[in-house]
Amino acid sequence: MDPEIFEMENADIAWCPGCGDFLILKALKQALADLELGPEKLVLVSGIGQAGKLPHYLKSNVFNGLHGRSLSPATGIKASNPDMVVIDVSGDGCMYGEGGNHFMHTIRRNPDITNIVLNNMVYGLTKGQASPTSQIDFKTPFQVDGVFEEPFNPLAVAITLGASFVARTFAGDIPHMVEVLKKAIEHKGYSLVDIFQPCVTFNKVNTFTWFKENTYLMDDTHNPYLKIEALKRALEGNDGEGKFPLGIFYIKKGHPTFEENLSVYKKDKTPLFRRKVDKNKLKNLIDSKRGL
Amino acid sequence: MSMIKLEEDVSLVLCGEAGQGIQSVENIMVQALKMGGYHVFSTKEYMSRVRGGQNSTQIRASSKRVKAYRDRIDILVALSKGAIPHLEKRITENTLILGDEEVLQDLEEKYYNLLKAPFISKAKKLGGLIFSNVIAAGALSCIMGVDKEIFDELITLLFASKGEKILENDLKAGVEGYDIGKKILDSGRISIKIEKNPATGKEILINGTQAVGLGCISGGCKFISAYPMTPSSPLQVFMADNASEFEMVFEQAEDEIAALNMALGASYAGARAMTATSGSGFALMQEGVGLAGMIETPVVIYIAQRPGPAVGLPTRTAQEDLNLALYSGPGEFPRIIFAPGNFKDALELSHKSFNLAEKYQIPVFILSDQYMADIYYNLPSLDIEKLEVEDYIFETDTDYKRYLFTPDGISPRGIPGYGQGLVCVDSDEHDEEGHITEDLNLRTRMVDKRLKKMDKIRKEAVPGEFFSTSNSSAYTTLIMGWGSTYWPLKEALLEMDNDNLALLHLKQLYPLSSQAGELIKKAKKSVMFENNAQGQMAQLIQKETDLKIDHKVLKYNGMPFSVEEILAVLETLEEE
Repeated sequence: MDPEIFEMENADIAWCPGCGDFLILKALKQALADLELGPEKLVLVSGIGQAGKLPHYLKSNVFNGLHGRSLSPATGIKASNPDMVVIDVSGDGCMYGEGGNHFMHTIRRNPDITNIVLNNMVYGLTKGQASPTSQIDFKTPFQVDGVFEEPFNPLAVAITLGASFVARTFAGDIPHMVEVLKKAIEHKGYSLVDIFQPCVTFNKVNTFTWFKENTYLMDDTHNPYLKIEALKRALEGNDGEGKFPLGIFYIKKGHPTFEENLSVYKKDKTPLFRRKVDKNKLKNLIDSKRGL
Repeated sequence: MSMIKLEEDVSLVLCGEAGQGIQSVENIMVQALKMGGYHVFSTKEYMSRVRGGQNSTQIRASSKRVKAYRDRIDILVALSKGAIPHLEKRITENTLILGDEEVLQDLEEKYYNLLKAPFISKAKKLGGLIFSNVIAAGALSCIMGVDKEIFDELITLLFASKGEKILENDLKAGVEGYDIGKKILDSGRISIKIEKNPATGKEILINGTQAVGLGCISGGCKFISAYPMTPSSPLQVFMADNASEFEMVFEQAEDEIAALNMALGASYAGARAMTATSGSGFALMQEGVGLAGMIETPVVIYIAQRPGPAVGLPTRTAQEDLNLALYSGPGEFPRIIFAPGNFKDALELSHKSFNLAEKYQIPVFILSDQYMADIYYNLPSLDIEKLEVEDYIFETDTDYKRYLFTPDGISPRGIPGYGQGLVCVDSDEHDEEGHITEDLNLRTRMVDKRLKKMDKIRKEAVPGEFFSTSNSSAYTTLIMGWGSTYWPLKEALLEMDNDNLALLHLKQLYPLSSQAGELIKKAKKSVMFENNAQGQMAQLIQKETDLKIDHKVLKYNGMPFSVEEILAVLETLEEE
């Protein structure tokens, strides 16, 4: 499939020139094309922020909802029509800040959706405040003395909560992004792909160069099926020590998805909108209230 | 100490501490009385605690249909020392109080009509305080003339799942109860004459929650996500219980915010979806209500009201969240608010909520409350024959536009995965295709498009129920109420039997049917009964019709209006 199929004509793209989001958009289109997933099969769900605009720039079904809430509609969509491929695209503020509670519980629920988080360690749309992943000492108009809170570690949290697929990649490496995204989308169950993405306007610290210098690609010595090993890798690069690993950290096999656990799909995979009300059953239910 | 003669309608009240099983007695008694040939009604009031406190349940048994709360207590079963002080205001010399010696010992017989009945001491002998509930139920069933066979069948049905040993003891407790009941009757202190009608035994016995739940299922509900909160939890339980049978998804969300957003996702994907909550839970959902308004995605929101603000009185009743529902969500967009007053309404309006939400692609609210959610009464049946699920989903073409401008503001609704088109919904202001726009002219057109739907919604607004004992329009005073005040108001009006009075019970609160204004104009005096402190519905009527309600009767202590209270108000009105 040609990635051109996802091209939005006349899209008025609101991202800054040079933004890492353009590269992520390109990689996502490539990954979807490689997987032969056409626009009609797809639902892109997002919240608010620059990342949240991505679904508008990729031809597909779109649910662009509220700040931080995207995982909830994504879960509802997949649970109502498991035939659809559901991809949630959010930023670090949307997903890890405002949406923290939903992030946590969606992981526990394990719906078969792919959660892509465009992580630039800053709030871009509101002009440069700290995000939950901003690094210590990062100065902003709000954090005038520099960030002193411990940065949120999405990968470690996800692994600890039992996420069934956890990965990180970098907007500066399109082939790697495509490879990771394909595996994440193909994975059955919740998959997290955190993508390091430089904000060229509001983050002058964590630049393309910075990310290149402070990350490394994990090689075959990393076994993604071992939870403790995955967690160790996820802790690397924190506290300003060592580099951040890139690649697939963790895969949990045989973890039933949310949809598989729903009794409605045990025998019959029909989407909910095609199911009718059984009036005879309803009459029986009413009659059961007649007593003994 | 006098002989108490009860005819036609008996009000039994049981009171004890949480954990003593008052709820079980209610379950047993309503069934037993109905099976025994009486019309039955029950309501409970309870404290927000797992153990202790004072909880009570009122059970009315009658030869005629009874569906409303009354202050009157004919027979009080006191299972705790706190019971009598708790119900002090409702106890009169005509109340026969039954209880153990230790419960009654400090009470003076010149003020109270006391009769010793060893519910607790017998229970202790059987192995625990918990058996006092079945003993009390047995005693009352005996007094009321319910066949012991029916009682035993019920006990078996209710307790069989708890194991042979427990069932055996409960059956023994029933025997003890009937013995006590026989002694009470033999004492000559009480005589009861109620005509039995075997037909009630075959009728259905449900509560307000179940009536709403049946309506939701009949409305095609396929997805419910919710966060537990009293008094909406019973509906959540009902839907969860029936999810498998009726091919529905039930999910307990991590919070109310997720609950509504999940339902909106489900609805976007074509499943008829709902959520259920109460006051402060709904406060969290307001953001999602705005989203429903903006993305024009149908959703049904059940709000079982309780007194607020914030956590308020968690287990009590109120009608305080009308304004919250009416004004919830940022910005301006259409919505519908229903408030069922009886079980038939609850079924039909809940059903209709789903059709209208789909038809207009808007949030529709069902306002209930603790009183409505928890009351039980019997009725011949619920007719679902005419309740059809109207399909408003459209198979899309390649050039599909989710927000196509149409004369009535309703764009054909497509869903992803059905047809060739793409379905794009957006919380930002958007163009016809659903993509973000900052075109200010388009913005104005989109607001107009959304609000335009109100014209049609208003035209098909459900009129209220108009009722007068004379069946004439020659009334001078129009009594009004909404939601759960229906039966207390109606019973009071029937008792008044006064041609000057008429009742208008509002079922659709917003937008209001034009009928309300017309009926108010005809009256010399209009009176609104509401369970809130500001007269929210009276204010809404004024806003909608430009008519001022003359008199507001407001109760907001957490209890419903009793028939007696309403009668007292109506009598004063007559004197004015």
